[in-house]
Amino acid sequence: MSEHIVSSFDTDLDTLRSKIAEMGGIAEKMLGDATLALVRRDAALAQTIIAADARLDALQRDIEERAILTIARRQPMAVDLREVVSAIRVAGDLERIGDLAKNTAKRVVAISGELQPPKIVGGVQHMSDLVQAQLKDVLDAYAQRDDQRAMDVWQRDERIDALYTSIFRELLTYMMEDPRNITFCTHLLFLAKNIERIGDHTTNVAETIHYLVTGVALSVERPKGDKSSFTTTEAVDK
Amino acid sequence: MTTMPQIDLAGAGVQPATAVAKPKVVARDVNVHYGEKHALHNVSIDIPEQAVTAFIGPSGCGKSTFLRCINRMNDTIASCRVTGRIELDGEDIYDRSLDVVQLRARVGMVFQKPNPFPKSIYENVAYGPRIHGLAQSKAELDEIVERSLKRASLFEEVKDRLDAPGTGLSGGQQQRLCIARAIAVSPEVILMDEPCSALDPIATARIEELIDELRENYTIVIVTHSMQQAARVSQRTAFFHLGKLVEQGPTEHIFTTPEDKRTQDYITGRFG
Ligand SMILES: Nc1ncnc2c1ncn2[C@@H]1O[C@H](COP(=O)(O)OP(=O)(O)O)[C@@H](O)[C@H]1O
Ligand SMILES: [Mg+2]
Repeated sequence: MSEHIVSSFDTDLDTLRSKIAEMGGIAEKMLGDATLALVRRDAALAQTIIAADARLDALQRDIEERAILTIARRQPMAVDLREVVSAIRVAGDLERIGDLAKNTAKRVVAISGELQPPKIVGGVQHMSDLVQAQLKDVLDAYAQRDDQRAMDVWQRDERIDALYTSIFRELLTYMMEDPRNITFCTHLLFLAKNIERIGDHTTNVAETIHYLVTGVALSVERPKGDKSSFTTTEAVDK
Repeated sequence: MTTMPQIDLAGAGVQPATAVAKPKVVARDVNVHYGEKHALHNVSIDIPEQAVTAFIGPSGCGKSTFLRCINRMNDTIASCRVTGRIELDGEDIYDRSLDVVQLRARVGMVFQKPNPFPKSIYENVAYGPRIHGLAQSKAELDEIVERSLKRASLFEEVKDRLDAPGTGLSGGQQQRLCIARAIAVSPEVILMDEPCSALDPIATARIEELIDELRENYTIVIVTHSMQQAARVSQRTAFFHLGKLVEQGPTEHIFTTPEDKRTQDYITGRFG
């Protein structure tokens, strides 16, 4: 896109973009570290994630204030208006991703002393890897204003939903097998749910990118693979 | 996007991209020359009834030129030549048999600089109805003046000094007086050429509020260099660039998702 006659307007928009990029980087690292902390049962690493969330919150507030100021000062139109509105939305999603990563880290701290069946932790790790790839892709798509890439992310979330459903079933089985697993499995269940929710936020960002690039909101329903709300203990009874 | 079946007007092959349901003014392939200068190129547009249509675009792109075609004000410019077809309620306004004075009563105009006559407030408004013979008695004329001033949201401010000179009013009041003067002859269409450019923000807001009220009874076309004003007051917007009508459509569409790159660049402040 060519430059504005008023060059400080370009500076405003560039600043928003770079702050979003910074938030994206922090959110990615938080999720990656949370997963690592889970796998390594590293409570100290988990604590650093909890601390990093404050920076993300501060950045979100900063972006929001700048966006509001830009609207008031420049009265952006068309693609510029979408750019500013999108920055607010994406910052909101990244902030929520941070909260979910932080909650994940807290649960890692809570279960770090417990016995962990490695197989099921492996399943959560695999799901997190997929979500991390989604997050990375959607952030790249945002930086490059790449609608196609955003739509790929949007489509792929179905797989994460499906994975979450299978983790859900597996955890139920463990809990039924031995009640001593319940505390650990419940934490792991919420933890997996957090990661699945992070995946949902990446699809929100993908929808925002679509709106930003094309000017139209996505009107179709996203394909959903999460069947856990229909899953009962009977379903896993063998 | 509407895909209305369109009436094919004689001699006008090109149809505008967007048609409107009840067009009050229909223009087809309008070209304007000032001597050698080709100022407007093949402008085709439908202007709907009871709505505000805004013309936007950089200075010199032909907005005022096109506006003046709609009530044949260009006739008064010696070098100016207009071709193509413009209809008001389906009637060719460039038809030889058409009475131009009558046309200008139906299509009123408000200018950029408020230009009240150097006469009383009352006389400014009464002048038009009087020359058009719209009032049979002094009482009837009084009533027209009062009604017009009320419609222009000016009556309350001037009712005690109708004999005071119109030129003594503030800029915003003068502009509302000019609107009252335009309304007094019961026009169907009101053309406004940058009516707020000489006014402060409060006076501008009052004119915009007035435009919004007037829309119920009139077809309004406004030329404005303020994009925000166009976005605020109009239902449809037409963007002119270098003598061409580049894009037209519902205002919310033009200001959120314009299709033409030139429109986008202009409304986002990317070229002058
Ligand atoms: N009376 C005139 N004589 C010669 N050229 C004119 C006259 N009025 C306007 N023009 C030319 O026609 C073009 C369009 O002008 P105008 O309709 O006033 O543009 P806008 O209202 O969009 O600023 C400009 O290049 C202008 O110089
Ligand atoms: Mg002009």
